[in-house]
Amino acid sequence: MSADIDVRLFSSRSRSKSLADESEFMGTRAKIVVSPGTTITTDGGFMRGHGTYLEDENGLLSAVAGVVEKVNKLITVRPLKTRYNPEVGDVVVGRIVQVCQKLWKVDVGGRLYAALHLHSVNLPGGELRRKSIEDELLMSQYLIDGDLVSAEVQNVGVDGAVSLHTRNLKYGKLGQGSLVQVSPSLVKRCKTHFHNLPNGVHLVIGLNGFLWITHEGEAESSHFAQNLERVDYHTRESICRTRNVIISLSRYNIMLYDTTILYAYEISTDYSIAQLLKPEIQMEVAHLTRQKLQLEG
Amino acid sequence: MANLAVSDSEKTFIIHGVEDNLRCDGRGCLDYRHIELELGAAPNCSGSSHVRIANTDVLVGIKAEIAAPDHAAPDRGRIEFFVDLTANADPEFEGTGGDELGQQIAGALAEAYVSKRFLDLSSLCIVKNQQVWVLFVDILILELGGSLYDAVSIAVKAALYDLRIPKLTVSIGEDGKPEIEVSDDPHTQEPLAIANVPCFVTLSKIGSQFVVDVSQEEAECSTVNMCCAIAPNGRMATTMKTGVGSLHPDSLIEALQLAQEIGVALHKALHKQFVKAQELSGRTNGFLL
Repeated sequence: MSADIDVRLFSSRSRSKSLADESEFMGTRAKIVVSPGTTITTDGGFMRGHGTYLEDENGLLSAVAGVVEKVNKLITVRPLKTRYNPEVGDVVVGRIVQVCQKLWKVDVGGRLYAALHLHSVNLPGGELRRKSIEDELLMSQYLIDGDLVSAEVQNVGVDGAVSLHTRNLKYGKLGQGSLVQVSPSLVKRCKTHFHNLPNGVHLVIGLNGFLWITHEGEAESSHFAQNLERVDYHTRESICRTRNVIISLSRYNIMLYDTTILYAYEISTDYSIAQLLKPEIQMEVAHLTRQKLQLEG
Repeated sequence: MANLAVSDSEKTFIIHGVEDNLRCDGRGCLDYRHIELELGAAPNCSGSSHVRIANTDVLVGIKAEIAAPDHAAPDRGRIEFFVDLTANADPEFEGTGGDELGQQIAGALAEAYVSKRFLDLSSLCIVKNQQVWVLFVDILILELGGSLYDAVSIAVKAALYDLRIPKLTVSIGEDGKPEIEVSDDPHTQEPLAIANVPCFVTLSKIGSQFVVDVSQEEAECSTVNMCCAIAPNGRMATTMKTGVGSLHPDSLIEALQLAQEIGVALHKALHKQFVKAQELSGRTNGFLL
């Protein structure tokens, strides 16, 4: 209990190893890292891509901090840290921030809030019809500020405005479980983003870097009725462990998909769940996962 | 306080977890996350520190200045707290948005430090009635991740531990007025006696259980928070209740005893690292790690 409070010094952070790990994985090709405003080239023969801008006297400048990528004549800068860039068909997990007329505003970690229109959700009961004024009034009974939803990106407007839809039984309101937020660049695009892991955990890996961890029973229940039943201890342990494992992986920049998470979960069973919060153990788990991936891949 | 939106079912999950003594991150109810600290984070200050508990990041700098004492306490120095919540921690704090919470924290600290049992300010007196040292404690909150009071108080204590005040000699001049002379050697410095300085231990009531070191999500589920300033010897400097809920007298006493126990353990763990950190003081890795 409280007798062992872990106090440590910043200087005891081991930084060298993680950096060595990364350089190993950055590949042998030297990358040019630029900060905003750095001149990339003054040669006019290049095309300006994402993350760059032109200035008359200074040539092509970087608009973000990241690595320069060149494809033929096109120069782009890939940012090191970025917000979620939505694409049509992406599975996302988001949090309702506002109930408006005919739509919900959803925080998906992008530059703008996404819109979930009333006409792009399935109503409780599953009946398909035009939404009436009564439905509009009942909107806040279905989803309210703070609720989590899984959804699919339906459309991305020219100004970057995103609309979502939940017109599928696998999407909708999320119940009991735990949300982890990681960088969206760490989520690997897969065939499916809904996984039932062998440890009884149901995982929704949103492409926006929001990962929803819940148990299998919750995944099968309807997305409308709130299930406030107690999650049994064993399942809860699996959920907590999965959560900590995902955080460990993301801290050491390992791509997140079902295989990596499962590998790391197996490796992590040597430690208690709370131990997984410690940086040295997170590193150990991440390192072993990386090794295992290389062996198998 | 910057609030995080958490849905009802997430709250249910957290509350049930606390009842099972298995929180979302696998900790038990009375487990702390690991605390990281360093001394001498800001070399321009008389004393400084940097503390991080998971995502909560606090930077403290203390500036010692000579000024006139309070009329009420002519033979004692002063200690003043200023808390600045950066917009980096939460966009809500932009402009004057963080002032209210900042004043609350500063007030709580001032209250915890008021008694000379915990911090004897009489050693900061230079010439009675005329000149005393005033410690300006500037607290910068860089990131929020729960248990803010605890982190702030640990950082303040660490900065006080790092505090070095130049040695002064007072002599009576020819005109009978006292003259203050600063020692030529900058290394003759006096540390402040901080052995009894208290730290906050916040106990949050989630469901029917008391929980220590809550994350932001858990803070949303707590009904009432007991913030107790505990000295290393277990004495309680002040207590404060925040939140909407109420406490039964029995559970209040239970909470206070629990806080006392945890506070003593916390001080013990902190002290060990303070000694180590002092050797490394000034060799900072930069606070934006």
